[in-house]
Formats: sequence, C-alpha cells, structure tokens
Amino acid sequence: MKLSKTADLIIIGAGIVGCSIARELSRYSISVLVLEAGFDVGEGATKANSGIIHAGFDAIPGTKKALYNVKGAEMYPSLCKSLGVAYKQCGALVIALSEDDRRTIKALLNRGISNGVKGLEIIEKDEVLRLEPNINPDTVCALYAPTSAIVSPYEVAFALADDAACNGVEFLFNERVNNVSRNNEGYCITTDTTQYNCHSFINCSGTSGAKIHNMISDTKLFSINRRGQYYLLDKLKELPFSRTIFQCPSTMGKGVLVSPTIHGNTIIGPTAEDIADPDDKSTTKEGLADIVIKSRRIWPNAYFQNSITNFSGIRSHLESDDFIIGEIDNASGAFEVIGIESPGLTSAPAIAEDICNEIVNRFHLEHKKAIVQYKCPNRSFGEMSDIEREQAVISNKLNGNIICRCEMVTEAEIRAAINRPIKAKSIDAVKRRTRAGMGRCQGGFCTSRIMSIITEETGLSPVEITKSGGDSYLLMGDLTEFLRSTDNE
Amino acid sequence: MSKERVDVLIIGAGPAGLAAAISAKEHGIDSVLVLERENQPGGILKQCIHNGFGLRRFNEELTGPEYAQRDIDRANELGILIQCNTSVLSVSCDRKVTCVSVEYGFQVIECKAIILAMGCRERPRGAIGIPGTRCAGIYTAGAAQRFVNLEGYIPGKRIVILGSGDIGLIMARRLTLQGARVLACVEVMPYSSGLNRNIVQCLQDFNIPLLLNHTVVDIKGKERIGSVTVAKVNDLREPISGTEIEFDCDTLLISCGLIPENELSRGAGVVISPVTNGAIVNEKYETSVEGVFACGNVLHVHDLVDYVSSESYRAGKAASEYVMGECESDNMIIEVKDGYGVRGVVPQMIHKHVDDSVSLMFRPTKVFHNCEVVIKSDMETIYRKKVRVLTPGESSIIQMNSDIIMGINSKVITVDIE
Repeated sequence: MKLSKTADLIIIGAGIVGCSIARELSRYSISVLVLEAGFDVGEGATKANSGIIHAGFDAIPGTKKALYNVKGAEMYPSLCKSLGVAYKQCGALVIALSEDDRRTIKALLNRGISNGVKGLEIIEKDEVLRLEPNINPDTVCALYAPTSAIVSPYEVAFALADDAACNGVEFLFNERVNNVSRNNEGYCITTDTTQYNCHSFINCSGTSGAKIHNMISDTKLFSINRRGQYYLLDKLKELPFSRTIFQCPSTMGKGVLVSPTIHGNTIIGPTAEDIADPDDKSTTKEGLADIVIKSRRIWPNAYFQNSITNFSGIRSHLESDDFIIGEIDNASGAFEVIGIESPGLTSAPAIAEDICNEIVNRFHLEHKKAIVQYKCPNRSFGEMSDIEREQAVISNKLNGNIICRCEMVTEAEIRAAINRPIKAKSIDAVKRRTRAGMGRCQGGFCTSRIMSIITEETGLSPVEITKSGGDSYLLMGDLTEFLRSTDNE
Repeated sequence: MSKERVDVLIIGAGPAGLAAAISAKEHGIDSVLVLERENQPGGILKQCIHNGFGLRRFNEELTGPEYAQRDIDRANELGILIQCNTSVLSVSCDRKVTCVSVEYGFQVIECKAIILAMGCRERPRGAIGIPGTRCAGIYTAGAAQRFVNLEGYIPGKRIVILGSGDIGLIMARRLTLQGARVLACVEVMPYSSGLNRNIVQCLQDFNIPLLLNHTVVDIKGKERIGSVTVAKVNDLREPISGTEIEFDCDTLLISCGLIPENELSRGAGVVISPVTNGAIVNEKYETSVEGVFACGNVLHVHDLVDYVSSESYRAGKAASEYVMGECESDNMIIEVKDGYGVRGVVPQMIHKHVDDSVSLMFRPTKVFHNCEVVIKSDMETIYRKKVRVLTPGESSIIQMNSDIIMGINSKVITVDIE
C-alpha cells in the first residue's frame, strides 16, 4: 500500500528549470511540491554543463531557444545578485579558422542581431590574438559577444531551490516518477513509495521529459540522450583564456569550447555522444581523447597535466531541435518544459516566468503578502581579502578552522551549508555548496573531516554517510565489527 | 590586525618541521614557532602505524607514531612552541605569514626566516585521468589509511590498488590483515615505485599479485564502484586492447605518486622545479626567496623519513645561521644538473665555498644494475661511486666533501649514471 500525498501543483524535476519555476510559483497562493529522482537539487544536466550564460547568437530566430535565451540572459545579472550567487560577464569569442568559417560566423552575427543580442561584432585576427594570446594563431577572425557570461549552474539551482523552500515549496528527493495518470481531481503521480494527487503538474524532468510526456499525451515524443564529457583544469594565477572560446558550430551543437569557470578553473568540453542509458554519466577513454584533439583547434598548446577531474552530463535532445514549453494538448493542467539542452541554463529564468504567468492566470492565483528573499552568503572565505577574513573569524570563530585547504573552505561554511534550507547531508551535496573537495586534491584531505561535521550536524553515523545518496556509502563498516564478521565466515 | 614577530617560523609539524625546529633551537635561535594545521604534531606519521621507520637514524625499527614521538619529546624538552589547529593562508616574499585558528583568530607573523615543511599530497584520480563513473569507493591510499588507522572504519571489502607506491603497498597488507580482500596491485611501469621490502612484506607475503605494465582503463558502478577494468600497456604506457581483465571490487585505492604541496611557496614567489615539483634550493636549502628555506617532502618526495629528518635538521641549522647573519655573501654558485639516468637532484645549486660536505639526493630514472654514479665538472670527472643496484623507488644519496666542491672550476656540474 503506497502512501498518499496531495498538493495543488507538482513539479517533476529539481534541475535548473524546476527550481526556477518553483521559486516563481512560491510567491503565489498555491501549494507546490517538487519531486526529484536524484538525491539533491541539480543532479541531472544542471550539475554537469559548461556553466555559460549564452549571449543568444546561436539559436535560429523565431525558435523558443532564441526567445528564451535572449530573455534569460538579460535576467541573469539581477537574478544572481538577488540570490547572492556569482555571475561574471566575461564575454565570448567564436573563432573562424578559415574563410568558410568566416561565412558561418557572419551568419551567426546576423542571427544574433535578429535575436536582439547586443554588442556583437566581428573582430579580425590581430584583435583576437590581442584579447586572447593563447588562441590558435590560424584564427582568421572571430565573432565577439561581450554579453556572454559564466555562472556555477548548480550554485544557481541551489539558491533558487533554497529560496523556493523558504517560501513554502516542499522538495522531496529520491522520488523517481514511475507513472502519471489522470484522475477526477487532476493527475495522479506515482513513485516507488507514494501516490501524489495534484490539480496540475509541470514536467521538467530533463532526460525523462519525453517519457513522462508520453504517459499523458497521445502525441508521442522521442528524445535522445546526448552525453557531454568535460575536463576541468586546476586554478592558475594566469588562466589560459579569460573569455569563453567557441569553435564554429556544427550540427551536433556548439562543439568543444574552452572557458574560464566562475571559480577560476578552466573547463574544456563537451563531447556530444548519443547514448542509450540516460543515467550513464561515465567518461570514456575515447571521449576524453576527443576533447584533447578538438580543444587544440582553439588552444594548440592545450595541456591537460593540471587536469583535476573529468566528468560528464547528459542533456535531452528532441527531434524538433527546440524546447517544448507549455500545456500538453488535451491535458488541462499538465504543463511541460522539455527538450532542455543548451541554452537551457540561460533560458530557465525566462521560461519559469512565462510558465508561472500562465499558471497564475489559469488558476487565478494571488500574490503572497510576505515573501522571504533568500540570499547566499556573499563571499566565500577563499575569495575574501585579509581584512574580510579577519572580520569573518571575529564574527564566527569557526572560520578559523580551514577544512578544505585547496579551496580554503572553513568549518563555519561547511556547517552553514549543511543547514541551508535544503539540507546537505552527503559529501557531494556539501562539496557543491561550499567547494570543499573540488580543488586539486579532490577531497583526499577533507573528506573524513567533512564526514565528522556531517555526523555532528545530522546525527548520521559515518557508515551512513554517502558520497551522493542511494547506496554510495563511503565506508563499509566499523573496523572491529568488520573483522568479527569475517572471522565468522 | 595584530602583528607578531618570530625569528624562525616553521610551517608544518610533521617530521620535517619538527627536525627543522629542533635544529634551529639547538643552533641558538630562541624564538622558534611551528604552525600545524592538525590538532597534534607528527604529520602523516600519525597514521603510519606500521613499523620500519628509523632504521638509519636510530638503528631500530619504530612505528610512525613512535618515530614522531621522539621528535615531539625533543621539541617539548627544548620548549619549542607548536601552535596546532592553525592553517597558514599565505606567505609573502618579505616573510610575512598570515594564518587562522579558532583559538587565536587571524594572525600576521613577521619572520626573520621561514622554513617550508608542508609535506606533500597524493595524486588523485582526476590528475591521472582515469575514465569511468564518479562513484563512491575511490580513495587515495593515504585517505584510506586515515579511515582505517585513525578513525576505525573499513573503506571497502574487495579492493584493487592502482599504483605501487609505498602507501598503497602498506595498505594492501593493512586491509588484508583487517579482513578485506586485496585482489591486485596494478602498476603501469615495468617496476614498482615502492621500496623493495614493502613489495616482499606487503604483497608477496600475502599472495597479492603485482601486475606490472598494467593500468586501470575503466571504472564501473553507479553509486558505489562495482568493478574496474585493468589492461596491459605497451612501451608507450598505452593500454593494449584485448588484454582487459575485469575485477569485481567495491573499492579502488590510488597510490600513484605524491606531489609536494607548494601552493604557499608559489604565493611567496618561490621558484619551483618542474622536475621535483619542489623549490629550487642551494645546499643550505634556501629557496629563490631570501630567508625562505624548504625541506622534507615539500622540497622533493623522499623514500625514507630518516632522510627527511636529516635534511630538515640541516635546513634548520642553515636558517639559524641566516638569522644570526652568518651567511657569506660573496660566494660563487655552482649549478647541479640531472644527467643521464638521473632525475631531480637536490640541491640544484651549491656555493663553491662550503664548510661541510654536501649531500646530493636524486632518483634514478629506471632500474640500473652494477653501475656508477659520476659527477662531472666540464668534461672532468670529480666524483665516482660504484653502486650495485639503483631503483626509482629508492633515493640515491651522494656525499661530496667540501674540498671536492671547492676544487670545482666550472659553473655547472652534472650527475650521470654510467
């Protein structure tokens, strides 16, 4: 017998789209529940993408991608400011290595102008090399997009989710939706443990988008799981590139890019491989080799010796090659935001605004009187000046205990992260909220220390702590108990 | 911001920092302060509960904690202040150190001399670039050692070890004794990078296979690791397809080398050698930044702690001489270069006029049998020593007397293996 639970509206998926919508709706008089299959916010495509707020020259004019990209990009600066999340307008270059490429780039410029992107221009070789001395000297010219920006995509999602949670949205994790059906009241959504009843739902489930669509709609959709692998290089005083550098685009997407990240690393990728299993987030020898080869078109002297990790993310690609956003035909109250691949991160706030308006009008929702504006702590200890650090230690002594030395994360920051509105109880959840374990030693030093703090804050025993939810336990038992158990074998 | 002054400040209270502090104090410096980020001194030795330490220095076999305790006792006897739970945030080129602790808050310490003794860290999976999933159950050998020896937990039950560094070998034995099953130790090179005695005592004695010329090419598992794929490599260290073996395991330990922890050194402007990944120093262990010295594993990775201690003792003495102004300024510098078969000679520079003999340490690039270590100045051989066997897992040390050095007429000498 399954448990039963009711909400006015259910959001399926706590990625960047689900969290953006949750925050918008949290301002209105409606009970909202978010069901997430993963153990944390942003576990799908949100945690593993390039982290770029695209200017908007890439999408074909008239498409939803073009519309929401440009609108979303304009919303990001103020959104990030109000959430207390870092945002940097570093600009981007799309480089042409031949006269053929120049034609493509001119077409991109025209697209960008039609889409309403500001500040685009084509700059010639000398100027390109002046801006980015490490760029391929065979570059003929480049499209320069000064409004292109970078963020940490999962940090944006965490802040959105925390803000929504502060305003009454409930998030449930490890809840994979197995079925959606109609009932008298609206819809019935079932997971392994529970049957959820709601008037309305929004499918923003990333790679499960088409599957969930097909549970309700007679028009069947087919989606492709497109995996992108990345290399992440260590922080350096002088980064190889200070802007995002794209190659000329191809049919499989924007190709391998090289970009600084918001935290001062260099990211290189993604590959584009169509794979069967939407959960296969492995990296492969071939994929990583492909990144090395392709990155040399941008950066001939690319070096991977200071790589600190590699990872992959999976985006959902629909045959229509555009986002599907809105209410499903003949299914009143069933909304969907699917096929969200690049520029999905950029588009999410604008999509959320539109979907929210539609729902508010449909259900005649009223704006809540009291809104809590959640804001992340402004600067991390690692980014502070000495004077700020001295103040930080005075105001909270636990800032005097550095837990992650690579990223300089303090005990106070880790305890605060664990106790954010959406609690961080696993090593990866703490890592993505604080950067502890994201540095060059990749948690070799701090993992056991973070486990102790999680134990203290949550009451979990060390053997119950996971890396990333589910059965990803870090330890396999207490030493003496384990020895006793093997003696009995 | 409160400012403090110290004559000799040592960063790190592991074996290097302790020896350097003891030496500085014994050589007449009263104001010595050691900063340590952990809650007690001893460094990595605290978790090395196996024996085999101190054979050269004390002529007996000690465990890691016992070895460390001897230095801790001596430091206490000398009244050396060791400030624990303190993380150094930065070191400036004019020898100002900023640090934080819960107890003392944010401190700025002005120092006459600084000894860098931060040790090293392990190379993680990401730096090796092994593809596969990013599941739980992948640890560096040292992290696993900490779980077992200091915290009392078993990280896994069916274990594959990648790399045959000493910590990996020690952990193969430790985990076996603790009831886990170590399936194989996989080494990409044709030889182990660990000490021979560890191969015998930690692998062979427990019938754990050492697969030389093999590497891990894939890691599978969604939440916890489920298996690793191991393949043979060719002469270029590339995996040979068709040679894959899959091991069902719940844990992969990585013991693929150590990297000196030089972030603070770089921040101070210390020039780092791309070969050792440690500072470039002279025979006094002074770095390119005046008054900043380096010793132990932050300078270059050692095979035996005994050598760390002796090197650091010399560095502590040199720092004390620097503080007391006993340095000769007008002294020609001879550059020491790696020649054939030699990697990472330390020190990289020697003053022509030296009081004591100078020890040169390096690692051979491969295994050599019945060879000679030869030092040449221009074309002239100034030193020659017969050696039965040299292996990359073990340091080679050459003592050069001061009269040999004073007789050198060129600006460069080269160490070769013939």
